[in-house]
Amino acid sequence: MTTTTPVLSARGLVKTYGKVVGLDGVDLDLFPGEVLAIIGDNGAGKSTLIKCLTGAVEPDAGEIRLDGAPVHFRRPQDARKAGIETVYQTLAVAPALDIAANLYLGRERHRPGPLGSVLRMIDKKGMRRDAEKALTDLGIGTLQNMSQAVETLSGGQRQAVAVARAAAFGSKVIVLDEPTAALGVRESQQVLRMIDQVRSRGLPVILISHNMPHVFEVADRIHIQRLGRGAGVITPRSHTMPEAVAIMTGATTLTETPGQT
Amino acid sequence: MLGQEVTTAVEQFAQRRRSPLERLQHVLHAHPSISPLLVLIIAFVVFSSINPRFASPNSLSLVLQQVAVIGALAVGQTLVILTAGIDLSAGAVTILAMMLAAGLAEGGGLPGVVAVLIGIGVGVLAGLANGALVTRVGLPPFIVTLGTLSVFTAVALLYTKGQSVQATDLPGLLNWTGETFPVGDFRISVGVVLVGVLYLLVGFALANTAWGRHVYAVGDDKEAARLAGIRVDRVLLSVYLTAGAVYGLAAWILIGRAGAASPNAITDANLESITAVVIGGTSLFGGRGALVGTLLGALIVGFFRSGLSLAGVDDQYRVLAVGLLVLLAVTVDQWIRKVKA
Ligand SMILES: Nc1ncnc2c1ncn2[C@@H]1O[C@H](COP(=O)(O)OP(=O)(O)OP(=O)(O)O)[C@@H](O)[C@H]1O
Ligand SMILES: [Mg+2]
Repeated sequence: MTTTTPVLSARGLVKTYGKVVGLDGVDLDLFPGEVLAIIGDNGAGKSTLIKCLTGAVEPDAGEIRLDGAPVHFRRPQDARKAGIETVYQTLAVAPALDIAANLYLGRERHRPGPLGSVLRMIDKKGMRRDAEKALTDLGIGTLQNMSQAVETLSGGQRQAVAVARAAAFGSKVIVLDEPTAALGVRESQQVLRMIDQVRSRGLPVILISHNMPHVFEVADRIHIQRLGRGAGVITPRSHTMPEAVAIMTGATTLTETPGQT
Repeated sequence: MLGQEVTTAVEQFAQRRRSPLERLQHVLHAHPSISPLLVLIIAFVVFSSINPRFASPNSLSLVLQQVAVIGALAVGQTLVILTAGIDLSAGAVTILAMMLAAGLAEGGGLPGVVAVLIGIGVGVLAGLANGALVTRVGLPPFIVTLGTLSVFTAVALLYTKGQSVQATDLPGLLNWTGETFPVGDFRISVGVVLVGVLYLLVGFALANTAWGRHVYAVGDDKEAARLAGIRVDRVLLSVYLTAGAVYGLAAWILIGRAGAASPNAITDANLESITAVVIGGTSLFGGRGALVGTLLGALIVGFFRSGLSLAGVDDQYRVLAVGLLVLLAVTVDQWIRKVKA
């Protein structure tokens, strides 16, 4: 394990918002084919951390490497082009656009032939068809009408659209910021199964969640974030859920509770 | 288990029977151009029953020629409003483009083609100024265009010293937009044809290109669009540049229509173009609407002007009626935006 190069790694990430410290020197490693969970209290810096990794915000300091090579993502599409797909906590969907338009937002496919190359027409039908397939692959059968505006969907259905978008286009890393927060039991299980599928395709996943049973069910390793700093990395075998929560809340530390090895 | 029950209740709610009003709300939400279409049809029926001359080819041809300039401005205005902005400088840019083009071409100073291109170029530069202030300085479009409205108006007046340029002093191409030709019993002007082409082109781009989608996405939710990988600033800048080019074209159409280039022309153009967009069902909050609605909105404004004047009522009733329509349109927009799943 120690000799493998991490797919994605960060060293000493700092991000401040005025006087508010979002990240205070955080390290993170994501290895090939693993699911890395990030847990932490509200405001611990989980979203800020993944935003730095995915180009949504630029860190004030620190270094990010992709496959060992330093990268500098200035905007989300830089990370996207590098194969990193993200479901942000705010979902980042355009409410008035329909499901298919949202799945392909920012990477619309053009029609074949001169209609596409000269007139720049987008392939609405094809994108609709493939959007339907992407959602069915994910086991989300409740969304049938791809031309339904996203704002008319329930919170859970919107989340499903955002997750499907990441799953369909991710080629290197998939990052999910609380992807099951608004989902029902059945839909949450589907997302967990999707994470499993993605891992078996060899793609690593970063999963932020407040749901400890989910985290312990699916994660290979767990990065604990506390007050803007990394409080340590554990695994579902080394620590129990109560121990993880204790480290997360500061009731104990990783040095005090090293866990099973 | 509890989660399962909640899901079921949610599903039941989703499958509830909708009241007729809710169904109407859904239909209008999916097709926002239906309301302006209804208003246009009702206006046509009412005005032609008050005065049958309203529906004559002659009078309808005149309506088209009258709304051509406002209709063109409303295309640019629609683009800006779709991005959740507003362009108060539309009329001022048109005047500036028109006066510079006419002034330079006066008395054979420049060939007509060059003058037309200069007009469009002035529009593009004005759009660049608006767009740069919105995207680089980060000012709200309302404030930016309120400022440039005064700046452009003042520059146009200073340049012309308040003088008009008569059509007879201008190259033929500048007046060409006012020439008419018969189509059946109708008389169509070149300007009307140009506006028609403009609607087709911009309508096509909005509905069928990635750029169009991005315009909607940016107006809908800027941050979401940014996170989805859209260059928000580029999209906004492209919208102001396109709108500027459209205003430059409108300047050409205005010269032909008015038979002169006057710095005091189209004083109501800003408000009327915004009115056409709003009546046409495009949301002032951005991200929603279609160019076909704007076309209907511009025609409605034209119908009210012609219909009420043929009905022999005071022009203030037109102002009153259009004002009420705007309020109604904004209210309907507010209502359909609250549509539930
Ligand atoms: N855009 C911003 N402007 C100012 N402060 C911010 C901004 N984004 C995050 N913060 C601050 O940075 C800190 C970390 O926020 P972050 O969103 O990363 O927390 P989180 O761990 O994702 O919390 P949650 O579990 O609630 O999602 C918080 O104190 C937050 O208030
Ligand atoms: Mg968060």
